[in-house]
Amino acid sequence: MALTRTDGALTEAPSAAALTRRRGRHGAERRTAALPTVILLLGAVYCLLPVAWVLIASTKNDAQLFNTFTLAPNGSLFSNIRGLSGYAGGVFWHWMLNTALYAGGGALLSVTVSALTGYALAKFRFRGRALLFNLLLAGVLVPPVVLALPQYLLLAKFSLTNTYWSVLLPSILSPYGIYLARIYANAAVPDEVIESARVDGCPEGRLFARIAVPMMVPGLVTIFLFQFVAVWNNFLLPFIMLSDENKFPLTVGLYTLLNRGSSAPALYSLVVTGSLLSIIPLMILFLALQRYWRADLAAGGVKQ
Amino acid sequence: MAPYAFVTPAVALYVLVLLIPIGYTLYLSVEKTQVSGLGLGTGARRQVFAGFSNYASALTDAPFLSSLLRVVIYSLILVPVMLGLALLFALLLDARRVRFQRFSRLSIFLPFAVPTVIASLLWGFLYLPTVSPFPSILSKVGLSMPNLFATHVALLSVANIGVWGGTGFNMIVMYTALRAVPSELYEAARIDGASQWQIALRIKIPMIAPALVLTGVFSIIATLQVFNEPQTLAPLTNTISPDWMPLMRVYDLAFNDNNSYEAAALSVIIAVVMFVGSYFLLRASNKRVFEGR
Repeated sequence: MALTRTDGALTEAPSAAALTRRRGRHGAERRTAALPTVILLLGAVYCLLPVAWVLIASTKNDAQLFNTFTLAPNGSLFSNIRGLSGYAGGVFWHWMLNTALYAGGGALLSVTVSALTGYALAKFRFRGRALLFNLLLAGVLVPPVVLALPQYLLLAKFSLTNTYWSVLLPSILSPYGIYLARIYANAAVPDEVIESARVDGCPEGRLFARIAVPMMVPGLVTIFLFQFVAVWNNFLLPFIMLSDENKFPLTVGLYTLLNRGSSAPALYSLVVTGSLLSIIPLMILFLALQRYWRADLAAGGVKQ
Repeated sequence: MAPYAFVTPAVALYVLVLLIPIGYTLYLSVEKTQVSGLGLGTGARRQVFAGFSNYASALTDAPFLSSLLRVVIYSLILVPVMLGLALLFALLLDARRVRFQRFSRLSIFLPFAVPTVIASLLWGFLYLPTVSPFPSILSKVGLSMPNLFATHVALLSVANIGVWGGTGFNMIVMYTALRAVPSELYEAARIDGASQWQIALRIKIPMIAPALVLTGVFSIIATLQVFNEPQTLAPLTNTISPDWMPLMRVYDLAFNDNNSYEAAALSVIIAVVMFVGSYFLLRASNKRVFEGR
């Protein structure tokens, strides 16, 4: 029978269920459960539907997009990309670079701050430690969107709105990232290593940078990814802060394009192509770094 | 001294982007603009103390109250559907004899990588009859597409985007929790002749209760803050007004009505409700789930 298990177990550690499955080699174990498989596949189709649609739709020009919708792709992808690149002097690619800067730069700064703080909270006993940790945790509960308005009004007083920093600065502090970094530092950096480095006279800063950080890297990648997605997703902050089109991230840029499209529908094909181009890098990042999406932390962290 | 040096950047940022803005919001929320004379010339508009009048008008603000009702209904629809699907898929991923598990796991998690604004754009186009593939597909079987932006349908259309974007992440959290359950627990039940469904209902779901509570609390908090999806869909339809959801009303007040004071009061109300609500939700769930063991 050709239906042996080939899925799963390729990149991931075999689950307990997979192990029992392999142990039990008798017929009943290998028969496919049809209905559950169909339900699972329906879920997959539902999730892939908009992505499949944008792939097809981006190959259509305006007339084809509005009039003859068929599932068969047309050949206008490259002319659509050219059209998008030509729009307002290539502002789309500015948006792409800005997004990389906001999400990538913001996440990098955020990981640095999270690692420093999480490591200190995990490995030092100092006055105010419990207070600091509780304050940070309380910070998780403050809706970030509610902060965007006063942040804007305050920065406006110093004429700092509509700058890259107005979006970057509020994106650095991540209470959740610090919380995760603390768990990682506790789990990955043994106390004995720290103590022996101290006995050898290693300064604290160097101990952190040369010994603790390398041990925490897998966890830091996870924090980076979560923060990257969080900044990418934060629409309200850049939407409020920025007025100069050249500083927009992709999300705000495409939104304004859609807004203009309601009076000039020809822009819709640009929005469609832009949506496709903007999700490609993220999907590559997502698939390439799959093993770092450690959702078990979210679940496992609670058990502590 | 070392630990203090390590935490300095975080503390500085905490003060800068969290404490000061919160303090400033509180300050603004008890201020107002007073216009003297015709409101012309310098000094004609002054900022004066307003007491709790902004809170009073925020709490009686009709657009806010209707948006509040709308967001509660939205949350009541979205959270059970999303978490129900997430749990169903997580159980199917963990079940025996189900095929295409790896493919499905990746596909269902994939929307997590799509920012909500882009997800809303994609679904918005699928809802729009002029560009959507659905009308031509439905007409082949003699059906026509309903207006997905109609007054009461629009809420479901927006909720669908939330379901699409959120199911995968919650599924992974639950699936990871399922895999941490020792398999001996199932083996014993299986030998006793329990069916897969019984094992799922009686053993697996109770064992991952902490993960279910956690995803539930965070989903409620997140859905009450919905902004991106309706804001992105608004240009496509008149059904979604600029004050459709509570946070849209805050934005609307601050930037369209230029009333930062009442917007600040509204922010404070929303923040307090969310803060207190999530604190008690987390505490209550901690008690029930973790101390019961």
